[in-house]
Amino acid sequence: MSAEKLEKIFLSLTIFMLIVFLGALFWASFGLGMHLPDRVGQIDPTQVRTTAPFDNPGVFRVGENEYEVVALGFAWAFQPREIRVPAGAKVTFIATALDVIHGFHVEGTKVNFMMIPGQIARVEAVFARPGEHLLICHEYCGAGHHLMYGTVIVEEADWTPEDPDAPDEEPDTPPVAPDATPDGEVGA
Amino acid sequence: MRTPVVANPAGFVLPDSHRRAILCMIVLSFAALFIGVVNGLGQALNYARVDILQYFPGMRTYYQGLTVHGVVNAIVFTFAFAAGFLSLTTSRALGRLVNDKLLWTIFGTMVLGVLLAGYAIVTGQGSVLYTFYPPLMAHWSFYLGLALLVVSTWITAAALMITLLGWRKDNPGVRIPLMAFISVATYAMWTLASVGIAVSVVGLLIPWSMGLISHSDPLLSRTLFWYSGHPIVYFWLLPAYVSWYTMVPKHAGGLLFSDSLTRVVFIMFLLLSIPTGFHHQYTDPGITVGMKALHAGLTFGIFFPSMVTAFSVMFALEIGGRRRGGTGLVNWFAKLDWGNPALVAQILAMLTFTLGGITGLINASYSMNMSIHNTAWVPGHFHMTVGSAVTMSFMGIAFWLVPYLTRRDLVGRGLALASQWVYFIGVLVMARGLISGGVDGMPRRTNMLEAAYGKPSWELAGMLTGLGGTLMFIGGMLFFAVFAATLFFGRKGGAPTDVPFTVTATPPETRGWQVKLDSFRWWMLAAVVLILIAYGPFLVQYLPASFMSPGYRFY
Ligand code: HEM
Ligand SMILES: [Cu+2]
Ligand SMILES: [Cu+2]
Repeated sequence: MSAEKLEKIFLSLTIFMLIVFLGALFWASFGLGMHLPDRVGQIDPTQVRTTAPFDNPGVFRVGENEYEVVALGFAWAFQPREIRVPAGAKVTFIATALDVIHGFHVEGTKVNFMMIPGQIARVEAVFARPGEHLLICHEYCGAGHHLMYGTVIVEEADWTPEDPDAPDEEPDTPPVAPDATPDGEVGA
Repeated sequence: MRTPVVANPAGFVLPDSHRRAILCMIVLSFAALFIGVVNGLGQALNYARVDILQYFPGMRTYYQGLTVHGVVNAIVFTFAFAAGFLSLTTSRALGRLVNDKLLWTIFGTMVLGVLLAGYAIVTGQGSVLYTFYPPLMAHWSFYLGLALLVVSTWITAAALMITLLGWRKDNPGVRIPLMAFISVATYAMWTLASVGIAVSVVGLLIPWSMGLISHSDPLLSRTLFWYSGHPIVYFWLLPAYVSWYTMVPKHAGGLLFSDSLTRVVFIMFLLLSIPTGFHHQYTDPGITVGMKALHAGLTFGIFFPSMVTAFSVMFALEIGGRRRGGTGLVNWFAKLDWGNPALVAQILAMLTFTLGGITGLINASYSMNMSIHNTAWVPGHFHMTVGSAVTMSFMGIAFWLVPYLTRRDLVGRGLALASQWVYFIGVLVMARGLISGGVDGMPRRTNMLEAAYGKPSWELAGMLTGLGGTLMFIGGMLFFAVFAATLFFGRKGGAPTDVPFTVTATPPETRGWQVKLDSFRWWMLAAVVLILIAYGPFLVQYLPASFMSPGYRFY
């Protein structure tokens, strides 16, 4: 067989393969509903603590089997630090960052997005099986980046929070908060 | 009719001042790599829970070291090598020298850039990693240094363009020699691509770090970074492709498949490299899903020219192997010249690149990207692309380039061969560690030794990372030994007197549509249109920018 002919076969197969892959990808996202974070809203990053819903971070039961997690990332902790939801529930994460860019990865799941100051992230997920996952900040956010983590506990499907209206108790300031002020200067 | 990829096959002489300028760039490039490889060892061992970074003089944090590793490897090493190597290939192919004053200006700008950025990093005022996302803020000298490094690439682009235009004027109607066309195409692509990073660094980050403007827009700067940050991977890769297309066939004793197809490949990179940047921002809020899907589709498009490259390279190697007596379906591969370090390095580079390409396709599929984004998988992937495919190609090129530039014979051919095999095995082991860890949720860019969390199942992944990284380090040191010994002690006289170049099986046409392939002006215009389609809607939605984040120095 001539090289020209081989080449045509090889490149046709390449194009075919790429189309199949791309088709699979779009099927996964539009057919199976594996959604990426969309453009849902902006926020003044210096006013997050006084802007709803972020003035009250926590896990909220918002429907029969629906939960909302309002989450904040800041150097170097998540708030809430522990997230508890039942398996099979529809969980919506609504999150943003207070200072620099952070990451939000519930290890072992597809809940994986960036927390960018000024942008609101909204991601939906259903955790199929009970279990415990690390919540990892996977974007470099300063000297204490490797200290920034949390836990996501997926309870049995019939679990409900004791007091569905109250979010988990959370201290306002995390123990590892850096002694830093905006505009550069790190104190002491 | 076999046609050489250069204008004049015989009689090319590189004057001494050019020789020295290019040698300076190549030495700068590998000096940067040396520092990067030493830091790399520290990082890989950190994943294996072994702390050697504490013995590095002046190293305050893991992240300071990681900033050094990213900046010197991904920016200094690659930029300096591309400038020297592609200036040479352009000069050689056209038989017309790139202006040597410009060459020295490029070198001087790079050195200044390295000193400025280096000052910030070494003094601990620039531990923001090589992606420098605001609102983490570095000292202004960090940004200014990076800006100068980018400016040096623009001077290179201008220098190559001027040489090409001069040649065209003297040779009206003649096809641009292939080796020059693809060298200039590389810089044409990067010139368009670097606009994003330049706007962000010069327009926003330098004034911000100097206190002239008080706030930054994190998502805008991040988007501008990745506008340049995806095409930069092709700016790293294309100099290696120049070698794979026009030199490797020569080393292997084969020939280049098609002149036109090669040009089409580089034109596709020029067109498609840039409008794909959102595939690095799949998981970012603030960007619509529609834009992300568009970039995903184009990303699959950019895979095509690399598959063409795979075909052409296999064609060249197979012919070479058969000419050396190879028979059958695979035996020709064994018959290749496995004693030539320049060839061996680049064949091994191609093998790792195959794995790099497959993992890259997985990254591009955003349904899978959500599982592995920003995990250790990602460095696992790109050490099989830039960290080995590109790096080993450049090392392979150095095995003839340094002798050519110094007129000294290569010292230690056996060591040179060993360096590549060890590095190759090392990168496979390290990537295996990082990739399996990443699938298991192990994050990248993280000081694992001191992390407040962890999983027992990450231990094996971390150990493989450390083991592979150590092998890479040993391979790298063997290479530097060969490099330095050749530079200082190589025997005068035995070195190659010309750049290796191949001939093409199908020559360039002088009539018809193929002639139009050479008009850079139209391809640049088409590339700009694609960029507007890919980024225009985002900018319309997003602007005006919201400068609301003050700077933070959390390091
Ligand atoms: C001895 C050789 C090398 C070793 C052992 C090594 C090891 C590593 C490791 C373990 C990481 C991950 C660190 C982390 O995410 O925390 C890393 C990151 C990186 N490496 Fe290498 N590497 C080597 C050579 C190279 C080369 C040759 C290049 C490119 C030319 C390169 C480019 C990079 C880049 C761009 C990063 C990402 C930095 C960042 O996340 O900011 N490395 N390297
Ligand atoms: Cu972090
Ligand atoms: Cu990319």
